[in-house]
Amino acid sequence: MSDEANKGLLSPLRRKLLMGMAAVPAITMLPRASFAQAPATSAVNTTGLAVTDTEVTVGILHSATGTMAISETGSIEAEKLAIEQINAMGGVLGRKIKFIQEDGASDWPTFAEKAKKLLVNDKVAAIMGCWTSASRKAVLPVMEQYNGMLYYPTFYEGLEQSKNVIYTGQEATQQILAGLNWIAKEKGAKTFFFIGSDYIWPRTSNKIARKHVENVLKGKVVGEEYYALGSTQFNSVINKIKLTKPDVIFTDVVGGSNVAFYKQLKAAGIDLAKQPLLTISVTEDEIDGIGGENIAGAYACMKYFQSLDNPNNKTFVPAFKKMWGEKTVIGDVTQAAYLGPWLWKLTVEKAGSFDVDKIAAASPGVEFKGAPEGYVRIHENHHLWSKTRVGRAKLDGQFELIYETADLVEPDPFPKGYQ
Amino acid sequence: MFGDYSIGDLGSIFVMQGFAGLILFSVYVLMALGLAIIFGQMGVINMAHGEFMILGAYVTWMTSNLFQSYLPSLFGGYFFLAMILAFVASGALGMLVEWVLIRHLYKRPLDTLLATWGLSLMLQQAYRSVFGAREVGVELPQWMLGSLHVTDSIEVPINGVFVMGLTVLITIAVAYVMFKSRWGRQVRAVVQNRIMAGAVGINTEKVDRYTFGLGCGIAGVAGSAFTMIGSTGPTSGQLYIVDTFLVVVFGGAASLLGTIASAFSISQTQSTLEFFMSGSMAKVLTLLAVVGILMLRPQGLFALKVRK
Repeated sequence: MSDEANKGLLSPLRRKLLMGMAAVPAITMLPRASFAQAPATSAVNTTGLAVTDTEVTVGILHSATGTMAISETGSIEAEKLAIEQINAMGGVLGRKIKFIQEDGASDWPTFAEKAKKLLVNDKVAAIMGCWTSASRKAVLPVMEQYNGMLYYPTFYEGLEQSKNVIYTGQEATQQILAGLNWIAKEKGAKTFFFIGSDYIWPRTSNKIARKHVENVLKGKVVGEEYYALGSTQFNSVINKIKLTKPDVIFTDVVGGSNVAFYKQLKAAGIDLAKQPLLTISVTEDEIDGIGGENIAGAYACMKYFQSLDNPNNKTFVPAFKKMWGEKTVIGDVTQAAYLGPWLWKLTVEKAGSFDVDKIAAASPGVEFKGAPEGYVRIHENHHLWSKTRVGRAKLDGQFELIYETADLVEPDPFPKGYQ
Repeated sequence: MFGDYSIGDLGSIFVMQGFAGLILFSVYVLMALGLAIIFGQMGVINMAHGEFMILGAYVTWMTSNLFQSYLPSLFGGYFFLAMILAFVASGALGMLVEWVLIRHLYKRPLDTLLATWGLSLMLQQAYRSVFGAREVGVELPQWMLGSLHVTDSIEVPINGVFVMGLTVLITIAVAYVMFKSRWGRQVRAVVQNRIMAGAVGINTEKVDRYTFGLGCGIAGVAGSAFTMIGSTGPTSGQLYIVDTFLVVVFGGAASLLGTIASAFSISQTQSTLEFFMSGSMAKVLTLLAVVGILMLRPQGLFALKVRK
C-alpha cells in the first residue's frame, strides 16, 4: 500500500506536465461539453451524492495487498491515469474528480464491506473496481441495495447483467469464439485439449468453448483438465497432452499456476512454435512473471495488446509509462480499467446528471472514440461492443497482432446454445 | 482409454510419467526438509516457511540481474552462486527471527503458529513494497532450459533432473549433519531432553538458533531452485505451504526418514492419479487417503521412539 501512496505523490510540476501531454491528443477527439459553464449542483445531483460545485468523488476499489495485488495493481494505475487526464481536461460537468481508494485486500467480504463504506459513508458517484468474479459477486448485492454504479474491468464468464454495473472487459463468448474460429481456419485445427484453473471462469469459458468446438467447428475435445488454484505441478497433464497430440492446447490457467505451467511445458520439450497453444488468460502482465522465452509463440485471444498500432494507443502507452515507469507493461484488463472513468464521464455528460438512475439509463449507446483498443460502445446489456484480437507472444514479452475481427463483436452474456 | 494408442506410445508415456512422479517427489522433499528440521526437531510450527523460500527466489532473481548487467559472460553459472546466497540470506533472516521472536515462544507451540503467521504477512508486504506487487521473471541460463532428448517420444526436463540432483545432495548433507556430526548429536540431544542437554554443557540457545537458521536456509535453497518451475511473487510462498505441512505431518514430525517416505508416497499417488483423472480430483483423493491414514496412525508414518 505504501508503494501505491508513494507513486501517487508525483512532484506537482511533473504532474502538470504529464496531464498536459496526456490530454492533448484526447482533447481533439472528445466533445468539449466539459468546458461549458458548470451546471448547478442541485440540478445534477438530486440523490445526495458527494458532488460539490467544484468536485465530484468516485471510489477505486481493488486489492492493493494480498494474492490479487499482482493482477489488480495495473488496474489501479490505469484508473488513476484516466482520472488525471480527465481532470486535466476540465473534469466532469465542470467538476474535478477526486478519488477515494479502498483496499479489498484479496478478500471478498472485505470488498463488500468497502463497497458499502464507499457508497454509504463517502457517497461516491461511481466505483471503479473489482477484478475477480468472486469479488464482483460479493459487491453486486451492495451495489444493487444502495444503488451505486460499478465499472468492472476484467474479462469474465458472463451470465450476469445488472443495472448497477458496466462491464468494460469482454464476456466469455466475445473473447473465445472469434479466437477459436480463427485457429480452426488458420491451423486447420480439429482436436483441442482444454486445461484450466479450477473455478467458475475457466469452467464456464471451457463449457462455451467445448460447445463451439463440437457444434460449430465440428471438432473434438480430446481432454479437459482442471487444476486447483495455486497448483505448481503440471508434469502429468503435460504427459497427457503429449499422448493425445491435440492440434491446439486451449488454456485458461491463472495466477502463479500460469508461470509453473509454461515453464514446465517448455522444459518438457513442447515447442510452442510447432504446437499451437491458444490462451485466454495470459496478458503482458502475466508474461512478466512467466518470462518471454517460456511462452514465445503462444497465441492469446483478447481485445487489447500493448503493441496495438493505432493513434489512441500510441498516446496512451507513453502516458501510462510516463506516470508509472518505463518498465510497466499494459495488459488487456489494465486497458479495460482505463475505460471505466472515461465511460463514466461521457455518460454523465450525456445524462447531464450524476444521478445513478439517470446514468444507468443513459449508458446504452455511449461511445468512446479515444479508447486505446479503438472505438467502443456500451450495449443495452451494459457490456461493451468491442473487437476481438489474436496476438502471438514474442520473446520480449509483447504480443504481435495476428488477427482482428473486422467488426465489433456483440456482447452476449447469456449465450443461447452455449449453456 | 488406452485402446487408441500403440504399445510404443504407452511405454514412453509410462517412462515419462515415472519421471514426473520422481520430479514431484524431489520437489516435495526439498520443500519439506527445512520444515521437517524446524517442526520436527524444535516443535515450532513455522507458517512463514513459504516466505523464507520466496526470499531465496528473490535473491536468485537479484543475482541473475546482477550477472546480466555486470558479468554476462559468467551468466551460465550464476545459479550456483545464487543458491549459496539464497541459503545465506534465508538462514541469516531465520536466525534473526529466532532471536527476536521464536526463542520467547518455545514453550507455547500454538503461539508460534500465530506469531509466524503474522511474520509471513509482514514478509509478504515487505516483498511487495521492495520488489513490487507484480511477479518477477527469473531468467535462466540457456543450458537449464528445455529437455534431454532420450528417444523421439521420451523427453526428460533438464530442470527436473537438476532439482532431483539437488535434492539428493541436500538430503545427504542434512542426514550427515544430523546423524554423524557433533553438532547434529547436540541438536538431537536438545530435542530429546533440553534440561539434561543443558546440564551436560550444551549451549541449547545456540543450538536452537543454528537449527532454525539451517531449516530456513534450506527453505531458501528450495525457493531458489523453484524459480525454475514456479512463479516468484510476494505471495508465491503460499502456494507451497499446505503441501509442505502435509508432507511433514504425514511423515511423522520428528523423523527425517518419515519425511522422505511421505513425500514419496504422496507424490507417487498424486502423479499417478493425475494421469487417470483431472488434477483437482487427484488432489482430493490424495488428501482423503492422507486423512484416512492419519486417522489410523495419528503419529504419522514414522515416529521417533523416545523413552518418556
